[in-house]
Amino acid sequence: MKKNNGSQNREAYLIGTRDGVPIALGYFAVAFSLGIAARNIGMTPFQGFLASFLNMASAGEHAAFTSIAHHATYLEIALVTLVANARYLLMSCSLSQKYPESLPFYHRLLSGFGITDELFGICIARPGWLNPFYLYGAFLISALAWSSGTALGIIMGNLLPARAVSALSVALFGMFLAVIIPPARKSRVVACLIVIAFLLSYLAGVLPGIRNLSSGNRTILLTVLIAGSAAALFPVKDETEADHDAA
Amino acid sequence: MQRNMYLYILVMAAVSYAIRVLPLTLIRKPIKSRFLRSFLYYVPYVTLAVMTFPAMIEATQSPVAGICALVLGILLAWFGLGLFGVAASCCILVFILEWFL
Repeated sequence: MKKNNGSQNREAYLIGTRDGVPIALGYFAVAFSLGIAARNIGMTPFQGFLASFLNMASAGEHAAFTSIAHHATYLEIALVTLVANARYLLMSCSLSQKYPESLPFYHRLLSGFGITDELFGICIARPGWLNPFYLYGAFLISALAWSSGTALGIIMGNLLPARAVSALSVALFGMFLAVIIPPARKSRVVACLIVIAFLLSYLAGVLPGIRNLSSGNRTILLTVLIAGSAAALFPVKDETEADHDAA
Repeated sequence: MQRNMYLYILVMAAVSYAIRVLPLTLIRKPIKSRFLRSFLYYVPYVTLAVMTFPAMIEATQSPVAGICALVLGILLAWFGLGLFGVAASCCILVFILEWFL
């Protein structure tokens, strides 16, 4: 990719922005319910905007906010964020294969900000090498929607009736379901893991001892335990890596 | 002990960014270890599942509404509705149900 390819980059940026619009709309609604969670731990709208813009991670932020609510240590927050966002590690590996080796280093540094489930999904679906400007276009519009949605949730959360807040609070979980259920349909192992995870997560919340751990630590413990056992017992074949075969 | 919110945000942001940028900049070849690849493949599903249940049921005012939203969400996701559609349907169901419950 040549640097002077200005019009091509501009076009990629615009296409990225266009493809980012539906993602941004979805993000905005879900971020609103994340804002309600952020409000409960005493975040200001600016802090919520900042946290969302810099993290771009529904599960990661939600897990971290829950831990902050329980006065977690900084190390615990780092671990919770690491575990809840570990999938981006895999996506980042995958995306690195979509860039030519000649791509300037700063493009790799900038692209790192834009790896989310949805943005990764549309990027990996582009034919051939990925133009980083496509990712930038999609990232910017969806990041602004995500961050301002969070800030607005913090501002408006207390103006909404309790029933509306209650309804919005399931939005994030609905989004999580939409991420985990489709692969469960294709893979019996994933389906079983989800059932086991539900069961153990429930048990970990009621059994004495483990119940006293923070929810973030329980998430880390159960994830390492369940995913680790599954990796040992049911190693995945080469081509079953998420979304890679969709390219 | 009261901790600083900006430091919390900084820690979250640093970890999130490191996870995303390190493979992109350091690894040009695919990960070779089959165990590690499998582990990374399973992690998102397990983490999200652990975070969803029973928290989803505890998030609503009425647990019954939460259970119904969970079942609806699973069904709609199973039949291929997207992220936004599933999330919105769950919200609407809870909103309607809690009218009566």
